[in-house]
Amino acid sequence: MWRFAGKRAIAALLVLFAISVLVFLIFFATPGVDPAARIAGRNASQETLAQVRQSFGLDQPIWVQYGVMMRHLFIDRDLTSFVNRGAEVIPQVQQAIPVTLSLVIGAAVIWVILALVMGVLATAYRGTAIDPIIVVLGVIGVSLPVYWLGEVVNLVTQSRLHDTIFAWVPSLGYVSLSEGFGPWALHLLFPWLTLAVLYAGIYARVLRSEMVGAMNEDYIRMARAKGIGEWRVLLRHALRTSLIVVVSLFGLDFGALIGGAALLTEVVFGLQGIGKLTYDSLQNFDLPVILACVLYAAFFVVLANFIVDLLYAWLDPRVRHV
Amino acid sequence: MSESMAAQPLLDVRDLRVSFRTRSGTVDAVDGISFTVGRGEVLGIVGESGSGKSVSMLSVLGLIDNPNCVVEGEVIFQGEDLLKLDDKELRRIRGKEIAMVFQDPMTALTPVYTAGWHISEQIRAHEKVSKKAAHARAIQLLDAVGIPNSTDRVNSYPHEFSGGMRQRVVIAMALSCNPSLLIADEPTTALDVTIQAQILELLRDLQSEFGSSIVLITHDMGVVSQMSDRVLVMYGGRLAEAGPRRALMRDPLHPYTWGLMGSIPPTDGTRVERLAAIPGAPINPSDPDRDRCLFSSRCGFASDACRPQPGLVEHVHGHLDACVLPYDQRPALRLEALTTVMTESGASA
Ligand SMILES: Nc1ncnc2c1ncn2[C@@H]1O[C@H](COP(=O)(O)OP(=O)(O)OP(=O)(O)O)[C@@H](O)[C@H]1O
Ligand SMILES: [Mg+2]
Repeated sequence: MWRFAGKRAIAALLVLFAISVLVFLIFFATPGVDPAARIAGRNASQETLAQVRQSFGLDQPIWVQYGVMMRHLFIDRDLTSFVNRGAEVIPQVQQAIPVTLSLVIGAAVIWVILALVMGVLATAYRGTAIDPIIVVLGVIGVSLPVYWLGEVVNLVTQSRLHDTIFAWVPSLGYVSLSEGFGPWALHLLFPWLTLAVLYAGIYARVLRSEMVGAMNEDYIRMARAKGIGEWRVLLRHALRTSLIVVVSLFGLDFGALIGGAALLTEVVFGLQGIGKLTYDSLQNFDLPVILACVLYAAFFVVLANFIVDLLYAWLDPRVRHV
Repeated sequence: MSESMAAQPLLDVRDLRVSFRTRSGTVDAVDGISFTVGRGEVLGIVGESGSGKSVSMLSVLGLIDNPNCVVEGEVIFQGEDLLKLDDKELRRIRGKEIAMVFQDPMTALTPVYTAGWHISEQIRAHEKVSKKAAHARAIQLLDAVGIPNSTDRVNSYPHEFSGGMRQRVVIAMALSCNPSLLIADEPTTALDVTIQAQILELLRDLQSEFGSSIVLITHDMGVVSQMSDRVLVMYGGRLAEAGPRRALMRDPLHPYTWGLMGSIPPTDGTRVERLAAIPGAPINPSDPDRDRCLFSSRCGFASDACRPQPGLVEHVHGHLDACVLPYDQRPALRLEALTTVMTESGASA
């Protein structure tokens, strides 16, 4: 297991390096485009352009440029946004990271728990009315557009019923965890639920179909023949083997959300997360910010994948030797 | 144990019927079979694919997980009718009193758990023992079924064992609570020939060591003749013939059994193709025309007498069959059947 983890970690580092090179090449070595002009933003003055060339070493060989770039990003952390008149980029990203992490991790905990409960119940009660009800609930959750659901939730909790039942709901926005778990969780509660509704349904369905498939396997019949209880058969055998598929799905979704795919939820609930930051910088064509966001996203996607790989190997002994 | 208990069979199945409601009508997978398994006895059940061997034994333990399945009859095990027990009461029997081994060892173990985990789970389902004690017993059991290096192998996952070794693990698991009856459903079919022989030998050794009864399901007459004390021959969910092994192997009565015996390899070691001797396809279990000898559609001696369904008749002590052919002419007819098959296969060759 440790050897497996080590190998995966090295692979993850290599992937990160490859991504950084690729991103660098796209931004700085696309033929026929002057990177200085791009970094400086639209309608930049000649002085700014010169400053950019100097600061990014654009007159030097390309690998030096790469090094300079990485230094700005990770060592000096002094990458500045020209569009935004010299605002430092890294602090912006550093502020956005906890927002997105809080949103996505919280929602993930909720949707995974919901999906486990729904999937297991649907499997346990397949053939009864409970199973289709759960499946339909899941489909409804999947089909609600997140921004619409978010707006409705806001409408109800922030204005229509805000003076009565939802008086306890704080105003939109993010409150740091350092100000206490309560305020943090309360501010994020509805964003979490909104995001979780979207995924819980899909996950419950995937889990249900995996588990129902597993219930027809020989090892389930064998487990029953051993005289163990039906719930144990369901949880320790069927659920346990079905988790493998759910975990690989989770790796993809979780990585994407952390990397900015939670944009709609962030916008609707006024959360200044990575998705929002990327979106704004794209609007302004703010290249340094885009660059930082892309690399940041890549880092978390790779990290999420690494964790999922470990989880996967822990769940499925057959992959440990690969 | 009282005198009357000892005389009673361990398992007494009476008029067992299992039917499935399907879209194309009712399938009578098991159509009224009765048999007993004595203490310490090995009962062989043979029959072609689809003859209801697995379904009948699965229904004994309530292991058919199908809402459209109806099981009727009586299954008396140690004085209790298993078919009347609810799931919770059955769990007390499953694995503890009656254990099962299935055909395909590749898929019988949950792939994410070690051999030791599987055996411990079985032990701890029925006995209050610590994990450590169960683990130690798992190692002993793996030793007993002939797995070398059992202290290491107890921590191996199913995919790390070969097919034969995996079947040994399954057998160790089945025996871990000292069941009084072991049901082995084609335990060797998925294995190659040399491994097959080893597993059968293992079962025989364990049987004499632990003294449990065995129901051995197979479609290989050769396996039955090696292993069993008594034999049931099934066709279309019914008993075609039943009797002590020696009598049944020497003087098979039913034309279907004659056909199956054509599938035994000759003693000189040349291997013949299995079941080449029975022409025609096995009966379709959803065929509504059932008030007849079901084998008559494939039988060379079929006549109007094969309808209505002939009952089981006991000819010699303990040797029964369900065929209307005159008992005293059977040896001659069998010889005739054999020569027809020989000339037919000779003509086609
Ligand atoms: N779930 C089911 N629904 C409908 N019919 C079924 C079902 N399960 C089994 N049957 C029918 O029951 C009959 C007996 O099946 P069974 O599995 O007992 O045969 P078998 O003698 O064990 O054959 P094999 O040698 O292939 O294992 C088959 O004809 C099959 O079509
Ligand atoms: Mg079978």
